[in-house]
Amino acid sequence: MSIYPAVDALVEEFKATGRVVIVGASLAGLRAAEALRAEGFDGHLTIIGDEPYEPYDRPPLSKQVLKGVPADHTKLPRVRAIDADWRLGVAATGLDRAAKQVRLANGDQIRYDRLLIATGSRARPWFNPAEAALQGVFTIRTRDDAARLQEALAAGPARVLVIGAGFVGSEVASICRELGLAVTVAERGSAPLVGALGGVIGAIAADMQCDHGVDLRLGVGVTSLEGDASGHVRRAQLSDGTTVDADVVLASLGSIRNTEWLEGAGLAAGVSGVGCDAGCRALDINGVVTDSIYVAGDIARTPHPLYEYQFLSMEHWDNAVLGAEVAAHNMITLEADRWPHLLLPTFWSGQFGVNIKSVGVCSFGDEIVFTQGSVKQRRFAAAYGRRGRIVAAVTFDHGKWLEYYADLIERSAPFPPPAPGFDRPADMTPVPAEFPDPGGPTAMAEVVLTGHDPSERQAQYMPRRRLGPAVSPDSSTRKRGVS
Amino acid sequence: MRIIVDLNRCQGYAQCVFLAPDVFELHGEEALRYDPNPDQAQRLRVTRAAAACPVQAIALDRLDEMEAGGAA
Repeated sequence: MSIYPAVDALVEEFKATGRVVIVGASLAGLRAAEALRAEGFDGHLTIIGDEPYEPYDRPPLSKQVLKGVPADHTKLPRVRAIDADWRLGVAATGLDRAAKQVRLANGDQIRYDRLLIATGSRARPWFNPAEAALQGVFTIRTRDDAARLQEALAAGPARVLVIGAGFVGSEVASICRELGLAVTVAERGSAPLVGALGGVIGAIAADMQCDHGVDLRLGVGVTSLEGDASGHVRRAQLSDGTTVDADVVLASLGSIRNTEWLEGAGLAAGVSGVGCDAGCRALDINGVVTDSIYVAGDIARTPHPLYEYQFLSMEHWDNAVLGAEVAAHNMITLEADRWPHLLLPTFWSGQFGVNIKSVGVCSFGDEIVFTQGSVKQRRFAAAYGRRGRIVAAVTFDHGKWLEYYADLIERSAPFPPPAPGFDRPADMTPVPAEFPDPGGPTAMAEVVLTGHDPSERQAQYMPRRRLGPAVSPDSSTRKRGVS
Repeated sequence: MRIIVDLNRCQGYAQCVFLAPDVFELHGEEALRYDPNPDQAQRLRVTRAAAACPVQAIALDRLDEMEAGGAA
């Protein structure tokens, strides 16, 4: 309640007659819509989605669906009726903040009072478009992707090649082995899962893959894919000079955030997502918070108090659910009652018969210590630390202990943490966690500053264009410098 | 019917696997896999499984409690 009755009346009027537009009809978009209705929003609600399907759950797509559960069985359960105007199968293509309108691919303009950006990310395609177009080359992100890959796997290919050993690639490799298919996994890094969990855990994941009969090639990239006369992929060339014969190729190269439609809208949007405050309010390109635009799900980058207030993208299921609820709440609430989105991120991945779970941000740590169980038996817990405090934990078939570590992380407990007095490993010495070097700056500026007077000073977006072979601006600058 | 299991919350107690074995299965010792859209004939079993889950990780859709065509 506000001390100003007129403000309360405005809030009530907004809840009764306001217009909320949600762009993105996946987990975050649906949960936000349900939360809005649960909190008493009775106004007009529009949900825009580029896929023709009602919201579905993605985690089963790289697991159950590939084993034969139909892809259309993943529609998300509804917790309440949301009485929305669904605009499915039509992408949002632009945002006009001055007119408060979202532009759609079919030319329609949808007006909003409050906007939720939840457009998530898409699979990074194979870099060579001609090779990507070969039959038998797949990515996996959507329902249709999963249905096509399932069909290809069910046809009994002689060998599957998985490019990239992140969680999705590793899960698909696991399913291939369950289906009795020969599978090669090619990973540029030193180990599977190395980006998310570091080299120490990655080495264990590598052993798991090898024990299950995966032909694992580490430290190699795939340089090209070759097709036969009918346009079906048959072979891959690897950077170490070897070749792999495969008739199904999955490119699991991570994701690209769907921010292109926000170009020119003046928001803090770019390849790393859309920046927002911890209350899910979008930042404009100058870093100033907006009042009517909110962000949730994979596309959101938000400062996290536990991690030195760094802007984090938490591309996990729980982030979509909780972020959507917080964004929805804050959309229809006055400042004094707003909620912060303070998620301790968690995720899971079932692969090769092991349940891998994690809490916190592992890659924020630089040391790791095994605290429980046995690496040999692949039943263990390990904690990640940075500067003497615990920042994350990972478990292999030890998920019941995750809450214990979550509690320590929330309290910024010392690292190495006190191990529960049970099932302790022989060696509890912290070692480097071996995350890959994030590398130097990309030298691809997206934003420049212009103007001198405070009223003119502003950031300006310089969209990155990918035309033909990538030319690094860094190298061209150096050439100019030399000449 | 539609179901979803919060696999962050799931700790592999496997009560659901005993109560609705055609819907839930364990992959290894702890990783749960399930059919997110089991046949309506499984409703009673799935409802019991959801009730028995020690960490209450299983959510059932309430579409049939909504008006017909509740997808709107």
